[in-house]
Amino acid sequence: MTTRVEATTSYDADENGWFGGPEAGWGGRFMPEALVAALDELTVAWHEAMADPSFVAEFDAILREYAGLPSPLYHAERLSQLVGARILLKREDLNHTGAHKIRNVLGQALLTRRMGKTRVIAETGAGQHGVASATAAAYFGLDCTVYMGTVDTRRQALNVARMHLLGATVVPVDSGSATLKDAINEALRDWVASVDHTAYLFGTAAGPHPFPSMVRDFTRGIGDEARRQCLDRYGVLPDAIAACVGGGSNAIGLFTAFLDDPGVAIFGFEPGGEGVDTPRHAATIHAGDRGVLHGARTFVLQDEDGQTIESHSISAGLDYPGVGPQHAHLATTGRATYLPVTDAEAMDAMALLSRTEGIIPAIESAHAVAGALDVARRLAAERGPDATILINLSGRGDKDMGTAIEYFGLGNPDDVTEEPVG
Amino acid sequence: MTVSTAFAKARADDRAALVGYLPAGFPDVAGGIDALRAMVDAGCDVIEVGLPYSDPVMDGPTIQAAAQQALDRGIRTTDVLRTVEAVAATGTPTVIMTYWNPVEHYGGGRRNGRSGVERFAADLASAGGAGLITPDLTPDSAPEWIAAADRHDLDKIFLVAPSSTDERIAMTTAACRGFVYATAVMGVTGARATTSDLAGPLVARTRATTDLPVGVGLGVSNGDQAATVASYADGVIVGSAFVRALLDHPDDRAAGLRALSALTADLADGVRRG
Ligand SMILES: Cc1ncc(COP(=O)(O)O)c(C=O)c1O
Repeated sequence: MTTRVEATTSYDADENGWFGGPEAGWGGRFMPEALVAALDELTVAWHEAMADPSFVAEFDAILREYAGLPSPLYHAERLSQLVGARILLKREDLNHTGAHKIRNVLGQALLTRRMGKTRVIAETGAGQHGVASATAAAYFGLDCTVYMGTVDTRRQALNVARMHLLGATVVPVDSGSATLKDAINEALRDWVASVDHTAYLFGTAAGPHPFPSMVRDFTRGIGDEARRQCLDRYGVLPDAIAACVGGGSNAIGLFTAFLDDPGVAIFGFEPGGEGVDTPRHAATIHAGDRGVLHGARTFVLQDEDGQTIESHSISAGLDYPGVGPQHAHLATTGRATYLPVTDAEAMDAMALLSRTEGIIPAIESAHAVAGALDVARRLAAERGPDATILINLSGRGDKDMGTAIEYFGLGNPDDVTEEPVG
Repeated sequence: MTVSTAFAKARADDRAALVGYLPAGFPDVAGGIDALRAMVDAGCDVIEVGLPYSDPVMDGPTIQAAAQQALDRGIRTTDVLRTVEAVAATGTPTVIMTYWNPVEHYGGGRRNGRSGVERFAADLASAGGAGLITPDLTPDSAPEWIAAADRHDLDKIFLVAPSSTDERIAMTTAACRGFVYATAVMGVTGARATTSDLAGPLVARTRATTDLPVGVGLGVSNGDQAATVASYADGVIVGSAFVRALLDHPDDRAAGLRALSALTADLADGVRRG
């Protein structure tokens, strides 16, 4: 089974969604009263579904037969040689639609059907969650509307086309900064008016309770599978695990299975943009401070007055000024370490992984690779070549070829040096 | 005058109170103060000053546009408090309507052992402000605000919605002071052609739990609608229509103020007909 909810961890939220309890105060539900009934209904439905073996079995079957899971755990030998430690890649890039996100949307869409709702809405930045939501909606025969900032619809025209082909309505959002956070605002506005028949498929492990915990339950298969695969193959747990952190769904999906393994060091890599000493980054935990955004108390990039500051990352999927509240809890308790990785470091790692392993990663995932290689070098120095680090390769890079072409200056016909043949 | 005396006075006149909203700093700080004072002069009983916020999930396009304009001009929370002070000086009770984070993170959040919430409450009280309306904060998430409001003798105005259960309505009204804000429609702020048929039953369910006055908001834009709402509510809350009156006169402030005064007079007449 890929998705069985094993034990809960010592880092779960309480019944009101507070991570670390109300005293720590991470998470919670800062939402209009108009949405509270729907969030309560969702919380009950999610608890019941997770306790219902037939729901879990159906989710598992869909993931296996439709989404191609469990994803392999791959020993990247050439990369391992390069750094002197064992590098394992959890190949979420091989999933249907190209990223870990399919787990979350199939879980939420299955729950939507169980709740008898007929329409789903979603926000998207890069378009990956939008494409995954449109896919799940097509699979289950649900109406689907995706909100996307106009800045992003221009940057990610290919994903807009994919959503259209999948039958979804894509609504461009021009308010505020016209990016992901504004798409979330607009989806919430839709939801207030449509909540009787519509489910909001939230794209990451952030937002009001129960989303951070529910999205974690739907993505935790990443870590449950990887932990078992690692034990089966090597008989030991990894020394360290690593993931990139935007809103935090792929990271919490990997981390959960390992939270109560004290010997496993946990690393989250945040988008450092042009550098955390510049205003252009999205390293929320590293450089933000405590605040409330989109219904949860967490780390937020904000000014003195509590106005949200626009974030920047070369990777649209990490370009968010907040972060899931469980990560705030893991950071402040010291259970996980969050470090920034710059645009340039991520792009270098993208090129490196492409050339040494024949795997073109999503730029999001390249952040995890870049940060993890540093950790691997340190571990190798301490523990020798058996040191093992497990990296979540959350998605593939096809969607990022436009950025790569621009960044690396690829694909210019004038740069082709060979003479034509034939 | 306090918010509850303003409602009591309206009730003594056998009419509903007119509650008018504009975001601070729109079209700019001084222009916003002029506009709010014009609304007071033309018959608003209670004023709500909106605190413009970068992520206003409960607002429709009209209020978003005005708040964004204020933010683009660099409005600060201290400007909002300055606006409150200028309006409260007229004697009309003045509350702030705000999303939660700017309160929690006021002046950069917790400093020298005093939370942002505590400092915000202290500064609001010393500006003469009467309290807060908190559209994305429900009482069950608000212990810190409730404690600070009680320390500084401020009104706590929470919202009830058509989707609220009777238990939640009771929990909410028990935490309110000043009045209870009933959102008459399931949706964001914005003028609507017809008033909602969800409002009457919501007001009745709310009244069953409290003696506080119940104000109804979301969608009212003219005197006839105000009269309809006034027939079953203690207060008629109007926001987007006032903003629209100013947005419609971007290059002529005097004309904008005249439109605002005329609209206020029409609405003030409506609440007396209801
Ligand atoms: C491949 C990939 N990885 C990571 C992310 C970041 O999201 P999260 O932090 O929720 O995993 C995205 C978001 O679009 C993504 O597409």
